[in-house]
Amino acid sequence: MINIHEVSETNKMIEKENLDVRTITLGISLLDCISDDPDTLKARIYDKITKSAERLVPVGKEIENDFGIPIVNKRISVTPISLVGASACRGPEDFAGLARTLDEAAKAVGVNFIGGFSALVSKGMTPSDVNLINSIPSALSETDVVCSSVNVGSSKTGIDMDAVRLMGSIIKKTAQATQDRQSLGCAKLVVFCNAPDDNPFMAGAFHGVTEGDMVINVGVSGPGVVKTAISRIHGESFETLCETIKKTAFKVTRVGQLVAKEASRRLGIPFGIVDLSLAPTPAIGDSVADILTEMGLQYAGAPGTTAALALLNDQVKKGGVMASSYVGGLSGAFIPVSEDQGMVDSVNAGCLTLEKLEAMTCVCSVGLDMIAVPGDTSEYTISGIIADEMAIGMVNQKTTAVRIIPAYGRKAGDSVEFGGLLGHAPVIRVNPFSCEEFIKREGRIPAPIHSFKN
Amino acid sequence: MKRTIITVVGKDTVGIIAKVCTYLANNRINILDISQTIVQGFFNMMMIVDLEDATKPFADVSSELIGVGEEIGVVIHCQKEEIFDSMHRI
Repeated sequence: MINIHEVSETNKMIEKENLDVRTITLGISLLDCISDDPDTLKARIYDKITKSAERLVPVGKEIENDFGIPIVNKRISVTPISLVGASACRGPEDFAGLARTLDEAAKAVGVNFIGGFSALVSKGMTPSDVNLINSIPSALSETDVVCSSVNVGSSKTGIDMDAVRLMGSIIKKTAQATQDRQSLGCAKLVVFCNAPDDNPFMAGAFHGVTEGDMVINVGVSGPGVVKTAISRIHGESFETLCETIKKTAFKVTRVGQLVAKEASRRLGIPFGIVDLSLAPTPAIGDSVADILTEMGLQYAGAPGTTAALALLNDQVKKGGVMASSYVGGLSGAFIPVSEDQGMVDSVNAGCLTLEKLEAMTCVCSVGLDMIAVPGDTSEYTISGIIADEMAIGMVNQKTTAVRIIPAYGRKAGDSVEFGGLLGHAPVIRVNPFSCEEFIKREGRIPAPIHSFKN
Repeated sequence: MKRTIITVVGKDTVGIIAKVCTYLANNRINILDISQTIVQGFFNMMMIVDLEDATKPFADVSSELIGVGEEIGVVIHCQKEEIFDSMHRI
């Protein structure tokens, strides 16, 4: 039988170390909503989402109460809208209309984000993809809870540089369209390479076309728990360090597995995956950067950071894999800047630069995340930053992403405040040299040689 | 069996166990195991109980026990056993 020490350990993780289930995300296929009439399409989308997700929020709360574990977010991901809207939408304005429908449906069921205003263009763009991408600035400025993502590359197809160039300009326009909210629109927009079909985390969640009609995916989190565990083993060997992270990740993931199975059973919707992620929040102590400093770095970004992060990411996966029957999504350590107070402190101390963050993305689970850059950063430079990050993902056969905020009217050293889980970020310096001629080239970068495994 | 873990944490005082047990008895909740420690004047108790024959659903028992805790100045949590089993047993 369970003993008092085990009960105290679990409850201490929840109460003092910010252990939580970060999100239950309900994936919904909208392929059966397709129509060539925009109004019919909107009505079908609204009906399907509101009916399918009707019980998501109450069931989430029920599970929280039963087990005493906070479930911070309840979210929805849908089929990439560029596919769903392809026959009904004649131009960007029609796609922006679909974004408003998603926003209304999400608010009606009480979820805090809906993802899937997306296009998958890793090899080329259809007219529908181009229209959706061009609608992103108005879609994200006219809605509150819609998240958008564009997959512009993969290890199998290479990088669509036309899409990379377009996204540089779309990110700038989105920043401008939401300038009254500190360019918040860009915090809801991600550019991916190798985007997973079953990611439960925002802003990049969408319900891939390889998925069933509906699925429950769960994202766990627990940087504070890992940090506390490491704080007890200062001076110990790497073996002890790795074992400690692995055991802690196992325990954290077991909670995610339980919540995922329960949500699936109570909603009568199949269980998809648990995403084994260390996702920080701006709360003190809920920081991935703090784990790195606890390992022995003065600040995240100091020499040794990439090695420490590689170790952390790998041990989180190794511990988590056995704890869940199906793992997927992004699974690893997230390194956003604005959502992690330790990262913000590192930037403010002058220790963490954009270039070091880029190096860290080679070994973490995602990429350049929630980084504010000066508002006058050119669209070509943003495309250049995206291209670099996509190349890392393509060559290393991993997911990489860019969620960057060219904060309108701000310069390096200023700061932007998004509030809530999105936090606040210092505006970081960007390399001022030009890549315009490179980015203006048309076409795509071919897939790397090691992708030809057939 | 509907096994539930009740934890009680707070400043030690007379009658904590009596008060909690009275509530459980009145609602036909069977106690399977009790462990208790006092660390630096703080009372820390864990009970494993069975809600199989309880007269009320879990959600009511949980919220009423929070109320009982408030009356005597301690914090009471009520959690289904599976979360602890999941984390500590393979």
